[in-house]
Amino acid sequence: MSTLLIAMRRDLLLAARRRGEVVIALCFFIVVITLFPLGVGPEPALLQRIAPGVIWVAALLATLLGLPRLFAADHADGTLEQMALSPRQFALLVAGKVGAHWLLCGLPLVLLAPLLGLQFGLDAGTLWTLMLALLIGTPVLSLIGAVGAALTLGLRGGGVLLALLVLPLYVPTLVFGAGAVEAKAAGLSVGPQLCLLGALLVLTAFFAPWAAKGALRIALE
Amino acid sequence: MLDASRLACSRGGRVLFEDLSLSVSPGAWLQVTGTNGAGKTTLLRTLVGLCAADRGEVRWDDLPIRANAEAFRHGLLYVGHHATVKDELTPLENLRHGNQLDGLAFDEPRAHEALARMGLRGRQSLLTRFLSAGQKRRVLLTRLLTRPARLWVLDEPFTALDSDAVQLVSGLIRAHLAGGGMAVMTSHQPVPLAAGGVVAL
Repeated sequence: MSTLLIAMRRDLLLAARRRGEVVIALCFFIVVITLFPLGVGPEPALLQRIAPGVIWVAALLATLLGLPRLFAADHADGTLEQMALSPRQFALLVAGKVGAHWLLCGLPLVLLAPLLGLQFGLDAGTLWTLMLALLIGTPVLSLIGAVGAALTLGLRGGGVLLALLVLPLYVPTLVFGAGAVEAKAAGLSVGPQLCLLGALLVLTAFFAPWAAKGALRIALE
Repeated sequence: MLDASRLACSRGGRVLFEDLSLSVSPGAWLQVTGTNGAGKTTLLRTLVGLCAADRGEVRWDDLPIRANAEAFRHGLLYVGHHATVKDELTPLENLRHGNQLDGLAFDEPRAHEALARMGLRGRQSLLTRFLSAGQKRRVLLTRLLTRPARLWVLDEPFTALDSDAVQLVSGLIRAHLAGGGMAVMTSHQPVPLAAGGVVAL
């Protein structure tokens, strides 16, 4: 556990020293979501209909924005080598870095989402469901993204490849996440979708750090 | 002790070395020599387990390093040619993170003392970004003081250091060897140490 916290605390400290990167992803999220009501028009029924999908897609893209840098700086300055050679578990250090990525990139989205949801005329119950779905779903995005970031580390044009690699893997999270919000808006039970999201989270939390670790070892060779 | 038998490595289709065997026993050090691109860094990275050898194996206390990974990593301090310090952190924070990665408790007075000994007195709390290349290297090499390890693998440790720092670092290596430690290093500069083994690539 302390291994995880070490990597997480260091990344949070580094992010506090260079705040720009965090703010950019957040601004991107806000701007993309705000563009839709402006582009589609003010009709409430239509906005309510598209809101879950729009917010989730924006969350996907905002998460993707910071991913290429997840391991790049540590790789360039040799810190990643030291992590790989540390007596501590490399996979847990990787998990700590992913945790920091979620705290910086995922959690702010969860907290901002209800505010942005208001633009689409969503009611309070739907907003809560949206938050809950994002709370379970965004860590999945960070975890899957970390595997993609590790696989494309050090490649030229890695950013584009990363998007191509990761976005298809985000589909289940998008379907269940947006589905939960739509079900709530339609007055149905949201249990199944949230349970499936939770299952995705457990699965990726278990496997993604190991997969990322393996990919990073290859990238270090 | 560290020993390697019949190592072979290639990079980009070019064979760097073949049938290379070496061993380092307590109190001894090994210098890897060769021209630029001869494969010195690759050899060091293979010895620490970052690169996989095409053939042959590296053993630590008579066990392959992959099988003995945890004990090996506890006994190893690797300083590569990368900066390995974060510009956004102070030397003290860099050292703290290094210690935490090594699984050591961070002892702040000791860290202050170590940084002062490396000639960084008064700069412990300055962002590393504002330090010169040589000073950044000194920050990194402070780990030689704070990390107890039996084997030091140093890739060009004297790069960017002034002559005082070269003397200081070689003094540390000498003390490490006198205490029964082992070292493998590359250097294009003359190394002010009693002659050790040489691996020429």
